[in-house]
Amino acid sequence: MSEFSYRGDAAFQRPDAAAADAGSRYVEAVYLRTNPAGPHEELWYHLFGCRSWIKVRRDTRTHEILAVRAADAGGSGS
Amino acid sequence: MSDSRGRISRQQPNRLQRLGVVDRSQPLNFQFDGRRYGGFAGDTVASALLAAGVRLVGRSFKYHRPRGLLTAGSEEPNALIELRGGARREPNTRATVAELFEGLEARSQNSWPGVGFDLGAVNSLLSPIFVAGFYYKTFMWPAALWEKLYEPLIRRAAGLGRATHEADPDSYDKFHAFCDLLVIGAGPAGLAAALAAGRSGARVILCEEDFILGGRLNGDRQLIDEMSGRDWVWQIEAELRSLSGVRILPRTTVFGAYDAGLTGARTYGALERVCDHLAVPPAHRPRQRLWKIVARHAVLAAGALERPIVFGDNDRPGIMTGAAVRTYLNRFGVAPGRRAAVFTCGDDGWRTAADLKHAGVAVEAVIDSRTEADPALVRAAELGGAQVLLGSQVVGTAGWQRLSRITVRGGGRTAQFSVDLLAVSGGWNPNVALSTHLGGKPRWSAGLSAFVPGDLPRGMSVAGACGGAWALGDALREGAKAGAQAATAAGYAAGSIPSWSCAGERVGLTPLWHVESSTGKAFVDFQHDVTSEDVALAAREGYRSVEHLKRYTTLGMATDQGKTSNLNGLAIMAALTERSIPSVGTTTARPPFTPVSIGALAGPHRGKHFRPTRLTAGHDWAKERGATFVEAGQWLRAQWFARSGESSWQETVSREVRAVRAGVGVCDVSTLGKIDIQGADAAAFLDRVYINVFSSLPVGKSRYGLMLREDGFVMDDGTTAQIAKGHYLMSTTTANAAGVMQHLEHARQILWPELDVQIVSVTEQWAQYAVAGPKSRELLQRLLGDALDLSDGAFPYLACAEFSWRNVRARLFRISFSGELAYELAVPARFGDAAIRAIMSAGASLDVTPYGTEALGVMRIEKGHVAGNELNGTTTATDLGLGRMMSRKKDFIGRVLAERPGLTDPERPALVGIRPVDGSARLYAGAHFLQIGATPSLENDQGYLTSVALSPMLGTWIGLGFLRRGPERHGERIRAFCPIRGGDAEVEVVSPVFFDPQGARLHV
Repeated sequence: MSEFSYRGDAAFQRPDAAAADAGSRYVEAVYLRTNPAGPHEELWYHLFGCRSWIKVRRDTRTHEILAVRAADAGGSGS
Repeated sequence: MSDSRGRISRQQPNRLQRLGVVDRSQPLNFQFDGRRYGGFAGDTVASALLAAGVRLVGRSFKYHRPRGLLTAGSEEPNALIELRGGARREPNTRATVAELFEGLEARSQNSWPGVGFDLGAVNSLLSPIFVAGFYYKTFMWPAALWEKLYEPLIRRAAGLGRATHEADPDSYDKFHAFCDLLVIGAGPAGLAAALAAGRSGARVILCEEDFILGGRLNGDRQLIDEMSGRDWVWQIEAELRSLSGVRILPRTTVFGAYDAGLTGARTYGALERVCDHLAVPPAHRPRQRLWKIVARHAVLAAGALERPIVFGDNDRPGIMTGAAVRTYLNRFGVAPGRRAAVFTCGDDGWRTAADLKHAGVAVEAVIDSRTEADPALVRAAELGGAQVLLGSQVVGTAGWQRLSRITVRGGGRTAQFSVDLLAVSGGWNPNVALSTHLGGKPRWSAGLSAFVPGDLPRGMSVAGACGGAWALGDALREGAKAGAQAATAAGYAAGSIPSWSCAGERVGLTPLWHVESSTGKAFVDFQHDVTSEDVALAAREGYRSVEHLKRYTTLGMATDQGKTSNLNGLAIMAALTERSIPSVGTTTARPPFTPVSIGALAGPHRGKHFRPTRLTAGHDWAKERGATFVEAGQWLRAQWFARSGESSWQETVSREVRAVRAGVGVCDVSTLGKIDIQGADAAAFLDRVYINVFSSLPVGKSRYGLMLREDGFVMDDGTTAQIAKGHYLMSTTTANAAGVMQHLEHARQILWPELDVQIVSVTEQWAQYAVAGPKSRELLQRLLGDALDLSDGAFPYLACAEFSWRNVRARLFRISFSGELAYELAVPARFGDAAIRAIMSAGASLDVTPYGTEALGVMRIEKGHVAGNELNGTTTATDLGLGRMMSRKKDFIGRVLAERPGLTDPERPALVGIRPVDGSARLYAGAHFLQIGATPSLENDQGYLTSVALSPMLGTWIGLGFLRRGPERHGERIRAFCPIRGGDAEVEVVSPVFFDPQGARLHV
């Protein structure tokens, strides 16, 4: 266990469950992910601390952290 | 010298009296392969062996050829030894970096019966079949032979040391450190960088893998400001130690470059070998320490490694790199031979010849593959008595356990020299590894004939030989500049940059990778026995990409990761395929730079310390009652409470079950996750995370809920109670408590931040006890008195209440896992011990019986309640028989994907109860279901048993499991087959509710 734990792609949004094509939209949202080599918006959980979910913009090639903000804060980066 | 009967000999025939910085006032004794030797403090195992005249230190990996020392550093491919004995035995230790200590014991590896006479050497005679790709080609078919024959054969033949099977007796430590500048390597460039930054006040950490600072200055005889290199190092080290912001870490290897945060400060991993130079770490001292260093800036001053030249029989003991020869002479005061020759393709080899002469070793010949060399160098060598052969190459060597002769060809002539030492200088390879750990590619420098660091990670600069600045003066200048720049960038006032003067040097080189005209095996990778012929075979068979070359030939794959071999292999491949070296490319270097022990990575988190052990408030009480505990996540829970006279745990558990069903029992359920949920939208929030509706739950009531993951599979279950308007208390399974909390935080913060809801884990804040059985109401009435009306009308099934009891806020829930009339009483954890003792005394005349998780498990199986074995991440609500709970009137997490065809397929195995037809037959969890008469096979598999118990109420084994179309098959007989534990029983499919199917016992 460590201070932060990784969840993955921050782009996930729940599609409208009432939509006619909800099934295929959910399959896409839950299972299909882009895996870019470069900057990537990710969700991390600050487990041993404030229990905040944070959005981290990280370069997957170099593991450089480019921006961090609270996930429920809106806006783009700090 | 020692003799074959192991008589003690501490003579050091090859020790030079005038040279070296070993401490001759501290003689040390050690053993190698059972023989005793002597050395001095400051020696490595390698230098002490060499001083004693031992040249043969190991056998090669594949051909079991005799091998000696090739290098004097951490890149050593040959001299891998088993260090220490017993629980501290450590294989694959490099003799070239293992510091000598009194009583050290080491053994050679990969030879049987001994390094001098090795039966495996017969592999050399079979070498035509041991070529590249041999394993792939030979051990392909039939596959069934892999496990039984091929793998054990390969493993026995390919020994790279034996690890101990005993537990590691030493401790390991972890440190975090922060600095403005991390200097990697304390050679001339690194020392200059550390000093320049340190003088300005910057916080500096200087890491050096060696046990003394100085790098090449220890092995070479250059002067700085008219001082010997050693004196200069001492002077700089003394000043660095006087600076409060500077921390010097010798015996510390920076092995990896990692992530960088928003400030640009980057994290580096380093391993400090705190006590590896001692026989046994002193009390309270770790053996090794793992450093996590966060540095604003790092100067990579890791130096360069000299590369060998590939020629026939270039692996005989006595053939080593020129730099290693100089290090043994000048630092350790050891002559690696009596009659030497030098084989070089650049000016550096001539320095080795001069140092040999200076140490009094006869230099028979200097062989330079270049047709021209500086006349001054030539004259100096000739004056020393050496024969100079320009435009010449070593084409062969002789001698089995040590070098005895070399054959030189050049200008159409062939000459032979009787020598026991050949110093080889193929040029230098910068230690670029740390510059590439984050994806950067090294850049080929045609001028230097070497790969140098290319695109550097942010916050890293390079100084000295690591960047190709071979000359000492350049290394000092670059180091001082890099250190000063880092300090200035970190906000420290720029002082004057230190500078030193030293003589100019010749660093000319015309690379020679491979002597093509030579005969015999020409080794590229010494540690994995990869020859130039193997590289050629790979090229012929089309494995031309550098990554394919590596995997096909195993070039560069051993513990040394090809530090002395990768570039030579690339160059040979480039020549064979008529490409340039950079177009062949380089393989990717990944951390660690040198091996890091698992013990250091684990640190103190071993055994019971791997994670915390959590005890409930009632733990001491349970211990007093003789409980046997079981680990449940991090918690210790009472598994059962044995009484004297009980002969087996099953007897105990059956007694506990009967006591609950007939009277009253008490069980500590504090470990179940408890999450406090409040807010105006709390009910709406619960509706979205549970499959069933919670917004209709009145205050003062509990409800069982099931939650799914978004992919439609079941995540967890538990009850949630509304104890006051908008104030809910959710319970989770013990194992999933943290995961559910994270899941809910995700839902609250990311999916629906607009909801007014707050959540907090209160698992640790409340102690909770289940009081179960027909007499549970009576017990609680005695306990609670007037605090609460417990009549069925006032406090019916699923009721909950928060109330004041003896001036303590308490909560009571009428919920049941056992199927009996039952309550759960919760009190703040600090009153938990008092509460359980109060329950016991209130129930004394009712014969209240403490029960553990095992009895709890038996009772829930008797009732068909699902638990962790069934909520295993692959089951749906319908699989669990709970599909009807899924509300059609609302959206909830997992709703859409739970309706996927694959998850609603009626063929899916679903929950059933199982009873053996023969009442005495035993069931095994994990058994698979087959139709009677069907062959056990994957195609015929019908499902599996998840939970079993010996039911005291039914008198037989019972089980829960998932059976294809199970709910339609009650009454059918099938087979429960468990070949692993020998279980094979004919069983009847029944309802999962074995006991009190009407639930009458709940509502009394």
